[in-house]
Amino acid sequence: MSVTPQGPPPAGPTPDGLYETTAPSSTSQRAAEAASAVSSTREQRVGTDMFGATAGGDTSGFGGLVRQELPRASAPRPFGGWFDEAYDVLVEAGLSDVVTRVVVDRGELTLHVDRHRVAELCQHLRDAPDQRYELLLGVSGVDFPGEPERLHVVYHLMSMTFRRRLRLETACSVEDPHVASVTGVYPTADFHERETWDMFGVQFDGHPALTRILMPDDWEGHPQRKDYPLGGVPVEYKGAQIPPPDERRAYA
Amino acid sequence: MTTTTGPDADSDLAPDPTAPDPTVPDPYAAGTRDTTEGTVYTVTGGDWDSVLSGAMDEERIVVNMGPQHPSTHGVLRLVMELEGETITAARTVIGYLHTGIEKNLEYRNWVQGVTFVTRMDYLSPIFNETGYSLAVEKLLGIEAPPRAQVIRVLCMELNRISSHLVAFATGGLELGALTAMTNAFREREMILDVLEMITGLRMNHAFVRPGGVAQDLPPGAVEKIRELCDVLPGRLAGIDDLLTGSPIWQARTQQIAHLDVQGCIALGVTGPVLRSAGLAWDLRKTEPYCGYEDYDFEVATHTDADCWGRFLVRKQEMYESIKIVEQALDKLEALKDEPVMVADTKIAWPAQLALGSDGLGQSLDHVKKIMGTSMEALIHHFKLVTEGFRVPAGQVYVAVESPRGELGFHAVSDGGTRPYRVHVRDPSFTNLQATAAMCEGAMLSDAIAAVASIDPVMGGVDR
Repeated sequence: MSVTPQGPPPAGPTPDGLYETTAPSSTSQRAAEAASAVSSTREQRVGTDMFGATAGGDTSGFGGLVRQELPRASAPRPFGGWFDEAYDVLVEAGLSDVVTRVVVDRGELTLHVDRHRVAELCQHLRDAPDQRYELLLGVSGVDFPGEPERLHVVYHLMSMTFRRRLRLETACSVEDPHVASVTGVYPTADFHERETWDMFGVQFDGHPALTRILMPDDWEGHPQRKDYPLGGVPVEYKGAQIPPPDERRAYA
Repeated sequence: MTTTTGPDADSDLAPDPTAPDPTVPDPYAAGTRDTTEGTVYTVTGGDWDSVLSGAMDEERIVVNMGPQHPSTHGVLRLVMELEGETITAARTVIGYLHTGIEKNLEYRNWVQGVTFVTRMDYLSPIFNETGYSLAVEKLLGIEAPPRAQVIRVLCMELNRISSHLVAFATGGLELGALTAMTNAFREREMILDVLEMITGLRMNHAFVRPGGVAQDLPPGAVEKIRELCDVLPGRLAGIDDLLTGSPIWQARTQQIAHLDVQGCIALGVTGPVLRSAGLAWDLRKTEPYCGYEDYDFEVATHTDADCWGRFLVRKQEMYESIKIVEQALDKLEALKDEPVMVADTKIAWPAQLALGSDGLGQSLDHVKKIMGTSMEALIHHFKLVTEGFRVPAGQVYVAVESPRGELGFHAVSDGGTRPYRVHVRDPSFTNLQATAAMCEGAMLSDAIAAVASIDPVMGGVDR
């Protein structure tokens, strides 16, 4: 997503959009968008408008950050490096329809996938001789309250054979928070999925015992969601009271 | 003195508020009570036969051990179903040390995050800081200068030794080797002294920051580390002599808590436990970061895949770490007077730290300079500290090889000055899942050895 106060929002492979809502455009459109966006994206990457001040000299304390919604676009081919080859293997295995979007950012490959078919894809990624992602490093969540499918679930895979890392990302809504469990493919997902359930309220279908893991069993709510308050207490100084961290003035 | 007047006399009459109320029964006292699940025994010590005399005829006993038990390696709770002394099912219950560090990070700026993550796995704080800083640097698209990288490696390897020493100390203590505990903690103290000299603190250093490290090594540090490197091998050999040849230690660790490579990978186990099964998987070699490719060291492995193998792997790793520390010191010589923080003043704090009479703090000369001569520098400093720098939107995953395995940081930025989300893939959390596989079918006493060989740190498990 963009941090520019003015100017057109960037699209394409970088940065990976956080508040994207619109449907994917066609491949040729995507490529064109990406090509035109790359240069402006790069400019924003370096710290030119440090505190959000474009004209310089803004020391007011607020940079005027405007979060803009970006078109949802896949990275254009070629992705670069081994990414193309890995994707082609997926297509050959007939799993290209599981992948809804490919994002290449900062040298990392992220596949956005269908939440009901994550386990199927993982089975292929683990067992196919050209993939061999033997190790699942973790499952975690990210909450984007601005999106209809706000609860994202992220999987980090590692291929020890080829020394490659791959990230899978899927999303579900709060009303229908169901994602297929990968515990059958990667037993290590047991604790991680329980943590994601505990913290975000994502229900993993097929998990053997999806219970809370970090919070007490009778806890209500899912603390890592963005609308869950931090629950801090004000800090008292002599003659002054500072509000808790989640209620303090935020700069951005 | 026998005065009967004055405030003292009053305090004698006032009831002590901390004294237990004799009318309320102690819920933690030893005893038995009957429930629908069967008889529940609360045990606080004593002989197994006499305490559980009523339960000895039962075929199946469920033992709940912890979270406040001296041999569960922190606030870990083990629930084990026993048949005689054989474990038929073992489960770990965690969360007793959950402090919401990941949530707290979202309400502070990116630099302040270091202060939180260093408190997760409190035995390897430098690794937490480095992993987090590498993730922020990857998001920013910057790289710390070479001297900072060498100082990071130096601190990490010293930290690795101190962490493994605690693994021996607590592991030894749990298996009855009390001298291993006292000796290992004594050697660890030397390393903590060095880390205190470098960072200002024994633990929770907040020394490695996005963009480099907080400050350069103080005068005399290199000499002190060299001294440490001369002394340590002899001290490690002492612990080695104490444990390796001991028939009791061998009997308690050999052929105990077996977990082979397939088991490790299926359960996501990394670090010394995986290497003890024979797979030389070490991120310092497979995905070098901080310049590890320029250091000459071996990845310690073993093939026994048991507690004994894990002990030997950790022991060997400490010697390798000393080798790396010595090489890092040589590299520091070559990088004399180089910066330890990125030159970009939009990232690096303009802080100049100095050791005053009240501890490490802002250099008075620097304060005098910015207060007296440059208002813009003062404003800039203020903005950078209170607001922080902006990090371009996106997500990264960066991992380092901590003493317990792969420590990964998944950092998501929305372009703001505070992390949008940081998830920590803590090796202890993942490795603890292997407890059931290691314990089931074994004896109750072996569960202690199994957990000790995983070496979980609950601060990291629960975060």
